[in-house]
This record gives sequence, structure tokens and C-alpha cells, in this order.
Amino acid sequence: MKYSSKANLTAYAFLAPAIALLLVFSFWPVGFGSYIAFTKYNLIDAPVWVGLDNFRELLDDELFLMSLKNSAIYLIVVPVIQVLAILLAVLVNNNLPGIKYYRAAYYLPVVTTVSVIGVIWNFMYTEDGALNGILRWLHIINEPIGFLNDDRIALLAVMFVTIWRGLGWYMVLYLAGLQAISQDVYEAATLDGANAWQKFWRITVPLLMPTILLCSIMSVLAAVKAFEEVQIMTQGGPYQSTFTALYYAYEFGMKSLNFGRALAASFIVSLFCIALAWLNFRYLTPKTK
Amino acid sequence: MSETHTMTAPVAATPAKRIGSISRQRLLNRTVHYLVLSALAVITVYPFWWTLVTAVSTAGEVYSFPPALLPTEPGLQNFLEVFQTIDVWAFYKNSILISGATVIGTLLICSLAAYPIARMKFAGRNWVFGAIVATMILPSEVNFLVNFITVSKLGLTDTVSGVVLPNLAGAVGIFLMKQAFEAVPQDLIDAAKVDGANEWEVFWKIMLPLAKPALGALAILTLVSAWNQYIWPSIVMTSVENFPLSVGVSYLKGTFSFKTRVVAAGAVLTVLPILIMFLFTQRYFLRGFDGAVK
Repeated sequence: MKYSSKANLTAYAFLAPAIALLLVFSFWPVGFGSYIAFTKYNLIDAPVWVGLDNFRELLDDELFLMSLKNSAIYLIVVPVIQVLAILLAVLVNNNLPGIKYYRAAYYLPVVTTVSVIGVIWNFMYTEDGALNGILRWLHIINEPIGFLNDDRIALLAVMFVTIWRGLGWYMVLYLAGLQAISQDVYEAATLDGANAWQKFWRITVPLLMPTILLCSIMSVLAAVKAFEEVQIMTQGGPYQSTFTALYYAYEFGMKSLNFGRALAASFIVSLFCIALAWLNFRYLTPKTK
Repeated sequence: MSETHTMTAPVAATPAKRIGSISRQRLLNRTVHYLVLSALAVITVYPFWWTLVTAVSTAGEVYSFPPALLPTEPGLQNFLEVFQTIDVWAFYKNSILISGATVIGTLLICSLAAYPIARMKFAGRNWVFGAIVATMILPSEVNFLVNFITVSKLGLTDTVSGVVLPNLAGAVGIFLMKQAFEAVPQDLIDAAKVDGANEWEVFWKIMLPLAKPALGALAILTLVSAWNQYIWPSIVMTSVENFPLSVGVSYLKGTFSFKTRVVAAGAVLTVLPILIMFLFTQRYFLRGFDGAVK
């Protein structure tokens, strides 16, 4: 179909600012970033093509391999956060008096900036901090745990914060999913003698599948790209035990201005993101049909 | 899990003898339900509460055992010390500038882009729309490295524009406005055009006023995310006097970590405006945003 050139001109005049910004800040990073991944670039001198050197260096760098492993471990966050968020959504999907205050309470961390969350959890996690205090008071532990000082558990402590701050976000998405399920289905099941457990597994979970799929993809991608919590809470320490793949890219880019290496690392992260999103669609979508 | 259904089930027809046991059962269910809800709320709220208690306490051990539930000798001394230590007013000013510019820019640019997609026929419409959708799939969090290069080449480091520009054209915002514009009856547009209005006038005088609820929702969500963003402004802003609060509080923590109460007070000062705003506008956040997701 042909459109008048005046109509085209008008439409693109409206679109121009958005297109310009998207080209510069969303598409350019993909193209230019992929190119820089194959160069040496320090922001001042022109990029020098080095082929696969950056990738070879990355694969020889134990820190990067450990960062990748940590990013893989970070995926544990996904099932935990999704299961908890679904349960939370079911718990608040009613009109009990005061329920909106509970919903707001669970959502509080979502509207809090990550830098304050880092400050708060550094308080919580210190050796004489509140978390150790509560655990000792309950006689669960005798000696304080150095949550962020112990390289064996620091990553788990950071992952816990990711779960804590993300729960409310996914709860709201699941709540919307739950509220889209017709009450008639539940009433029919009740008439047929189904109990709460059966209704949850036979009605709620299958009908919630599209939301579960969407949230899982979002959560997987967020886990692979996690690094804000690391940047604010541990800066990769102790003994570099909390380096994630994207935190590695951040360190090499922003601190060492080694943009070739940094963008090669984030190139790998992007490939993982695409692969994981594809796997999610491939293996979770058919079940929902 | 079946709470809603037991509650809404009609009990009027039930024999009187059974009502007692049902309501006792229901009372028990409800009590357990509230206990679980409250236990979970403690997990999300207590860290905030501890920080607030620490910020307003002026005496005693910071890390007492068992952990403090109520402030000792409450006062505003720690907050005063924050104001003496760092230029909090400048941080507030920067946060307001960045958030305000992001909100206004986002509303304008997303509405402008959404209008032709929603209501005009033009060549390449599907391509443009496809490209906007594609930005949602791109792993955007890895963009900050190249965007930093771009911003420094444009000479925008340490400026509000440098922080704001990359965040203005968002797919979610364009979607939201597109949906709102699609809901406007065609008759109104036709009538305006018969009266001689051009597309620009239709956009300003008909589309935008009718899309006020969507504009409001987008403004609130954008405001919160702009106020809360941390990594990007921490990369772009290099001098302390240009830091927004989110970056300022981590600067405070890095520089005065030994003054726990002061850092806690700084954290309270940072989140207070946004939490107050959240409490008044929570329906925009807690409704699930009609399927439009981040």
C-alpha cells in the first residue's frame, strides 16, 4: 500500500525524537559494543582491531571464569523468587481488612533505591548487626557469621538481597495474573469437591502459566545480569568471591577503562541472555498452549 | 489458599448449629493467615525499621543485643550531622532535576511516538513498531558501557542531560501511551479535522487531554525509577556536587562508614520522599499495571 508523502512526513516528525534516542542509546550500543569487543579501546585512542584476543584473554582469566560460575549460581534465585512470589500473591489475593497495607509492605523494597538497600543490608549483615543478633537471640547460631566477609557465603548473602528486593515486584505481576482467573472455575471445582490443594495445582498453576513464563524469563535475565547489588554491597569481594559476569565487565570498563575486555565480557553475557530467553520460550511455551 | 472462597461462600442457609463451627474454623484460618502475612511483612519491613530506629536514636550502642526495636533518646541530631557532613540540599536538588527532566521528557517523547503508531497509517509503521518491541528484548542492562562512551564523546559527562537522555524513549512508555490513544473514539478526531485541526492540534487538544490517566500512571512510575536509579548516574556524574541522593548516600557510606547513625540518617533522607509518594500512589504500582511490565 502507498501512503501520501505528507502522511509519512507527519508520522515521522512525531516519531523522530524517540527514533533518534533509541538509535543512539539502544541500538548503537549493540552494534558498536559488538565491534569494540574485538578491539583494544581505552576511550582516548582510536580502537585497534585485535580479533578474538579479548575473548581468549577472558577464557584464560580465572576471575572471569569464576564470575561466569557465580552468574550461573545466581540463577538459583529464579525458582526461589518465583515460588515465593506466587505464594505471596495467593496470600494477598483477597479482600481481608488491611490487606493493602500488607501488599504495600511487601512492595517497599521495590520502590527503594538499590544504594539504600545496600546500606541497609550492610547494617543487617555486619558481625554485630541485627541479623546475627536475631539468629543468636534465637539460639540458631553461637558465633556471629561474617555474611559479607566470608568468601564461602558472601555470594549467597548478596543473592538473598536480590530475592528480598524482587519479591514484591513479581508478587504484583502474579496478583494481576491471579485476578484474571475467573472465579467461576473455582466455584465449579468446589462443587465437584476439589480441596484447596487440588484447586491450587489443577487450576491456579495451569492458568497462571503465561505469567509464570513471563516472570521466569524476566527473572532469569535479571539474574544473569545481576551486578548492582554486588557493586553496592561487596565490590566483588571478599577475595573476589562475589564477582558476577556483568560486575566483571563493570570493573574492567569503568575502573580500568579496558573497554575491549569489558565489552567482550558483556558480549558473552548478552549471548547467554539470548540463549536462556530462547530456551525458556522453547521449553516452557508449549505447555501453556 | 481457599480463603477467598470460604469467605464469599453463602452461609445463610446453613443450619444454626453448624454456623458456630464454621465461623470458628474461619476465625482460625484467618488468624493463621494474618500470622503468616505478618511474619512475611516483618522480613520486608524490619530492615527499614532498624535503619529508622538507628537514625533517630541518639544514645546507646548502635548494634545492641538483642537488636533494637525502639529508639533510645530519639532526636534529630544524626540528621543535622548529615547536613553538616555533606551537601544534602544539593543532592536533593540534583535528584529533583534529574527526576523532573526524566518525567517530562518521557511523557513528551513517548506520547509523540505513540500517537502515529496508534492512529496513523504510514510507510514502515510495522518496522518502527517492531524495532521498539525489539528494544525490550535487547539485553539493555549491558548498554551502560557503550552509553558511557557515547555520553563522554558528546561531552555530557557530569551533566543532567547525560543522565537523563538514555532513559527517555522507553518501549513500556510508548506501549502505555499507544494503548491510551487507541481508546480515543475516531469520531472525536474526525470532528476536529472537519473543523480544520491538523495532526499536531489533534495530538495536543484531543489526544493528550483524553490520555491523562495514562500520563499520570506513566509519570509516577517514571518518577520512581528515575529517583531510584543508581548505577547510571554514578557513572555519569563525576563531581560530588552533581550527585543525586541515590549516589550521595553511597558516597556518604563510603566516606563516613564509621558513623553508622549518620549513614542511617542519610539512608532515611534518601528514601523518605519516594516512600511517602508511594504510600499515596500505591494503587498505580500494586494493580499489576495492566500487563504493561518493565
